[in-house]
Amino acid sequence: MAGAPGGLPRDLHPVAWWAWAIGLAAAASMTTNPLLLLLLVAVTSVVVLARRSGHPWGRSFRLYLWLGLAIVVLRVLFRVVFGGVETGTVLVPLPEVPLPDWVAGVRLLGPVTRESLLAGLYDGMRLATIVVCVGAANSLANPKRLLASVPPALYEIGTALVVAVSIFPQLADSVRRVRAAQALRGGAGGRVGRLRRFLVPVLEDSLERSLALAAGMDTRGYGRSGDLPRGQRALTGALLLSALVGICVGTYALLDPTAPQWLAGPVLVAGVVVAALGLLSAGRRVARTRYRPDPWSAPELMTVAVGVAVAALAHRLATTELVVAHPGVDGFPSLSVLGLAVGVLGLLPAVATPAPASTFAGSEAPSMEGSAV
Amino acid sequence: MIELRGLSFGYADRRVLDGVDLLLEEGELVLVSGRTGVGKSTLLGVVTGLVPRFSGGTLRGDVLLDGASVVDTPPRERAHLVGYVGQDPVAGYVTDTVEEELAYGMEQLGVPAATMRRRVEETLDLLGIAELRRRDLRSLSGGEQQRVAIGSVLTIHPRVLVLDEPTSALDPTAAEDVLATLTRLVHDLGLTVLLAEHRLERVVPFADRVLLLPGDGRVVTGTPEEVLRTSPVAPPIVELGRAAGWEPLPLRVRDARRRAVALRTLPKPPADAPVGGAPVLSARGLTVVHGSHVALRGVDLDLREGRVTALMGRNGSGKSSLIWALQGSGRRRGGTVLVGERRVDPAALSPAERRTHVGLVPQTAADLLYLETVSEECAASDEGAGAAPGRCRSLLDRLAPGIDDTTHPRDLSEGQRLALALAVVLTARPRVLLLDEPTRGLDYAGKHELARIVHDLAADGHAVLIATHDVEFTAHVADGVVVLADGEVVSAGPTREVVAESPSFAPQVTKILGPPWLRVEEVVRALAAEDVGEGS
Repeated sequence: MAGAPGGLPRDLHPVAWWAWAIGLAAAASMTTNPLLLLLLVAVTSVVVLARRSGHPWGRSFRLYLWLGLAIVVLRVLFRVVFGGVETGTVLVPLPEVPLPDWVAGVRLLGPVTRESLLAGLYDGMRLATIVVCVGAANSLANPKRLLASVPPALYEIGTALVVAVSIFPQLADSVRRVRAAQALRGGAGGRVGRLRRFLVPVLEDSLERSLALAAGMDTRGYGRSGDLPRGQRALTGALLLSALVGICVGTYALLDPTAPQWLAGPVLVAGVVVAALGLLSAGRRVARTRYRPDPWSAPELMTVAVGVAVAALAHRLATTELVVAHPGVDGFPSLSVLGLAVGVLGLLPAVATPAPASTFAGSEAPSMEGSAV
Repeated sequence: MIELRGLSFGYADRRVLDGVDLLLEEGELVLVSGRTGVGKSTLLGVVTGLVPRFSGGTLRGDVLLDGASVVDTPPRERAHLVGYVGQDPVAGYVTDTVEEELAYGMEQLGVPAATMRRRVEETLDLLGIAELRRRDLRSLSGGEQQRVAIGSVLTIHPRVLVLDEPTSALDPTAAEDVLATLTRLVHDLGLTVLLAEHRLERVVPFADRVLLLPGDGRVVTGTPEEVLRTSPVAPPIVELGRAAGWEPLPLRVRDARRRAVALRTLPKPPADAPVGGAPVLSARGLTVVHGSHVALRGVDLDLREGRVTALMGRNGSGKSSLIWALQGSGRRRGGTVLVGERRVDPAALSPAERRTHVGLVPQTAADLLYLETVSEECAASDEGAGAAPGRCRSLLDRLAPGIDDTTHPRDLSEGQRLALALAVVLTARPRVLLLDEPTRGLDYAGKHELARIVHDLAADGHAVLIATHDVEFTAHVADGVVVLADGEVVSAGPTREVVAESPSFAPQVTKILGPPWLRVEEVVRALAAEDVGEGS
């Protein structure tokens, strides 16, 4: 990292943040050590606080933390309700609810042991940490920009997804408006009647909006075919179609042991190769450009490397130091140097990446007047 | 540069355009006018290519752009020639920040990165929105959103810009900003602008030519002076000019003021009756907060029996918040609202009881309607209000006579749909009626009709509050005006006084003749009285 830490303020490439977060999530999935999991959550929180952008989704991280907490609580409650490890130190001697024979294997309540609680706690924490990692990626990287960085051949699908993502807040807006409006008039009661009162205007509204958006996109050149020869288009179509067939046949052969084995490997590989060719050919027809694409340089590479390294170290930890990776429920868990490295290494992007272009507090938008209801 | 030749368009059951020949020159600002539903949007759509692809119907004839026929070219292949901005700018946004939105069209056209960068910067400056470049599109004000929408089309460098009612949702000042921007584009870039608009008083001074659609499929073209002399839709300044017999017709307030010297000697209109009537609704110290944004700050308001009050203010000044808080379903942080003789607080009532005290027609009246026919809507609202069958229908017949029972509410004209929504709300017999932006999408005839309805309701003893941007409508219908700014009442009182105080809310007649003149009819009446006086 030359010069100022991470360079001038700019938004990091969204793919880099996702790679980093997936690396941390993978590490979390390979351990049940509560200390290590807490460390991972702390590390992601620090990175998010340091590097989230000022866009609305930057605010979503808190939701994921709450969701994680809810997961842990639920996991522990399940252990209490459905029982668990029968042996161990009994904390609360709850009576067991007798169940008929046909639900054999399911226990309801019963004595609560420290071991079963801890096992539930560790297990819940692992899941919660994975969720928090995904949430971190979401609040660090604009999901729309992630979708926009798909290969050119898939651009149309990418745009459709982007539009679908932005429809949700609009839908919520329209739902709120219609609910308020319908309260202003008398009308049919009853369940079906009420549902209809509410659904019909919302659907009509969203249909109208979609048409307006389609018209707007069309007049701005979305889906222009450009001046492409017919032959080229036919070739692209043929390539993609045969790739699809190849991949389907190959996958089937791979999964069905009775199918001839020469179908499995070679056809699958051939299918993938043809698919790549098809995408390439389709990408060539695209006469589209990107406005200020996110650059991919040293900080991005470093962030991805950190993600990969954390996952690799966690894998090593899980294979070599089993006691650290999966501590027993009868003693206090401990951390080794390797475990500590897994946790702390993820912190690097918080200091080694450029600061985001828009700061979190800077773009608090005043709420719109329409939100009166 | 754009030529329509023998253009006809229609659906199975009716013709919209019939044998239209038209030539648009380079660097012209052309205004398309006519009553609602005569095919203004259709004419614009033919130029952009959205008609018949998005509308259905059959199109015959030819559209030529620089001599080449484009009638079979879909809109996306015309994008580099024709830019289009629809009625609701937000509905057309694809990305989520200003800068990305400006670049979107260029990305589709494959403009090289360096050129894109340069054009985005130029456009930001041209439209005066450079400080908004990183802002979220949904956090912009109405005027800013419209300017971004125009900019996102301009970056493609089209030859023609087509706009469908670009100022209909804007307050007077924002509308002037947008129109001034358009005029600059016409002058500086030689862009041809084709624009449909209901509020002629805003656009006519800027237009080089007017295309009038009389409704029989023809298109009448000419300079604004020629066309407006006989047009069925005309702004107040033109009506005044016609009444006073001015020749040529002045279109700018400045020109009219010079001609109006002769009218200064007319006897002043009689003073309005003092604000009377018992207050039906009174609000004190009303405060509404959304998150960290204070929408209303200690607002006092009285709505009196038989009185029409207009609520004005720029976009985002708290008008909708006030209306919903008065109705009772908008949550308020502080203050009191008391309604009716029993002085009840509408917020403490159930929705059904609330409806019998305060009626509200929201901005999109269609949100209220959900059934397939007008008669079903009426029956459902009678049942919901516990009224005798037929009350809603008879209200509707009074508000807008002659609507067929079997019509689908979506097929009604804007004005008729508003009347239906009003009838549905009035079925519960509220004493107070709140209307949120009812004039949106109404032409002059529709507004006259609405004004008559509102007058009738006031004469029945209703207290009416209308939130609107339309200064001409306010002058026409309101007894009093309340002006909100940043959640506070900055000016309140009888229409004549408030309007005389602030130039941006003054109607054209007041601008031309000075206070206390307010409406064209007053001048017409005074002129007639003078004629009689001279004749005797």
